Amino acid sequence: MSVPSVSMFNYFLVFIILLFITGIYCILVSFNLIRALIGLEVLIKAVTLLILLAGYICGRTALAQAIVITLIVIEIVVMVVAGGIAFWAFRYNKTIDPRRLSNLKG
Amino acid sequence: MALNLILLFGLVLAAVWTVMTIRLIRAVVGLALTSAILAVIMYRLNSPLAAVFELSVCSGLISVIFITTVSFTQRISKERLLVRRRERLAKFWLLPIILVTAGLFLMQHLKIPDFVVSAPSYSQDVREVIWNLRHLDLFGQILVLFAGIFGVVILFKEQDK
Repeated sequence: MSVPSVSMFNYFLVFIILLFITGIYCILVSFNLIRALIGLEVLIKAVTLLILLAGYICGRTALAQAIVITLIVIEIVVMVVAGGIAFWAFRYNKTIDPRRLSNLKG
Repeated sequence: MALNLILLFGLVLAAVWTVMTIRLIRAVVGLALTSAILAVIMYRLNSPLAAVFELSVCSGLISVIFITTVSFTQRISKERLLVRRRERLAKFWLLPIILVTAGLFLMQHLKIPDFVVSAPSYSQDVREVIWNLRHLDLFGQILVLFAGIFGVVILFKEQDK
């Protein structure tokens, strides 16, 4: 394994920022619950890569992996519950467009 | 270095395809592809255990969850698909331009000052770190898992009524 360098951190960081932009754009533009979740997934992937990269640069990959495993467990729970909510919303409202989900409107 | 760059390009391209494609099922496949490429990058970053988790859970399990959810939604007709394609193009034409511009700008201007990294002072075995150093995380993970299970049970119980 090659010695990590700061220049490597630089170009990884550029692609991580691009992933962030992709995820945020997807969440902002899509009016579909499942697409919003997919955008959230892309964001989480960027965070995962950033944490592992920080661990690699600092030489603490074990700690970074432990944190990433926790992140993945939380990610899966969030996705399961959010997928259930999207399914429930479609079942009761026949749509997953958040603009038309007005059941809880005060 | 070159392989890392190719993988990172592939990662961003897969993510963009995931976000821009019209059919939800293709978006889910794109997400699985993104996870798989991320797992390879993780392996190259000296993190094999996290890579295995990413590949099995994010690329496998989350795809199954999404496909199950998508399978309950309705398939749209061809005419509606054409309309949807035009709508999506109108919404997403800006994204590739933003990405290329931001990528070129950041490649030229993003320079992080050199920093000195101290050597790790404790064990580097990931199992020891999880069980000895981060054991509170495990309790948190179990609590979150139970919260998820109860959440899903409550959601689907409501649906049966």
